[in-house]
Amino acid sequence: MIPGVSITEILTLTSTLFFIGIYGFITRRNLISMLISVELILNSSVVNFVIINKYLFPDVLEGVVYSIFIISVAAAETALAVSIIINLYRKVKSVEVKDTELMKY
Amino acid sequence: MEKIIFYLLATIMVIFAIASVSSRKMLRSVVYLLFVLIGVAGIYFLADYNFLAAIQLTVYAGGVIVLIIFSVLLVHHIEMQLEVTSKKRQILTALLCASGLAVFLTTIYSYPFQVAGKAVTTTTAQIGEKLLDYGPGGFILPFEVISVLLLAVMIGAIVIAKGGKNIETHPKHKTPLTEKEVILQKEQEIQLKEILKEQATVETE
Repeated sequence: MIPGVSITEILTLTSTLFFIGIYGFITRRNLISMLISVELILNSSVVNFVIINKYLFPDVLEGVVYSIFIISVAAAETALAVSIIINLYRKVKSVEVKDTELMKY
Repeated sequence: MEKIIFYLLATIMVIFAIASVSSRKMLRSVVYLLFVLIGVAGIYFLADYNFLAAIQLTVYAGGVIVLIIFSVLLVHHIEMQLEVTSKKRQILTALLCASGLAVFLTTIYSYPFQVAGKAVTTTTAQIGEKLLDYGPGGFILPFEVISVLLLAVMIGAIVIAKGGKNIETHPKHKTPLTEKEVILQKEQEIQLKEILKEQATVETE
């Protein structure tokens, strides 16, 4: 419970962050920028898990545990995505989406 | 007091999120994302989840951001400007996102939340016991699966980033020549002809 702040205000903030992330994912033409937008989306959903656990069910820990799992999977996904992007840059000499047109060597 | 801090954090987070998805310079947009993630950690501190805030700061601000910055420095010139999509598509996407946000907000503000009005402090020991609990409602199986996943990701990232030496690289597709290249080729041909003519005159003399 954050004193003086209702649950709807925090959910408004996380929804705004979520849609900003979606906007970036659609409008960006660069693989790393799209990765940044994905990080925004994931973070806003993690805050949702935590806040709903805190406000509606303060006695259980499911939201916290799920958010830890989401954070670990997101870190793993970022590491893999960065390695794939670097390998792609070695092959295609570019990280723009329009240049990545071969799926398999 | 908490209300003031929360609104300050919320404005900072929204402003920097918009800056990070609309900035034309790569490194700046990564740094703006770092500010957003620190704001998320601040919200965890406000909600009295100190352990989660520490995880957020170490994993995201300490690990993920450094990874992304390294990848940016490896694949970009530092002065490179990003391409942006056309103005029309940007406006269309912004309108779509605004309509989606409107749907979300009407749903949130019309739903009657049954807020439990008590504040329970969660300690780190409780989270650890819940993670390693093999009774009903325990999380030991996903915990172990996550550990296997992290091992697989480590090996996979090393294998992918190392790259095979015996992979035959495909030649890049032949792009049609631009006007500049055509002009350059013509100039080179003219120069070649002049040189050949001079050589021919020298030979005849």
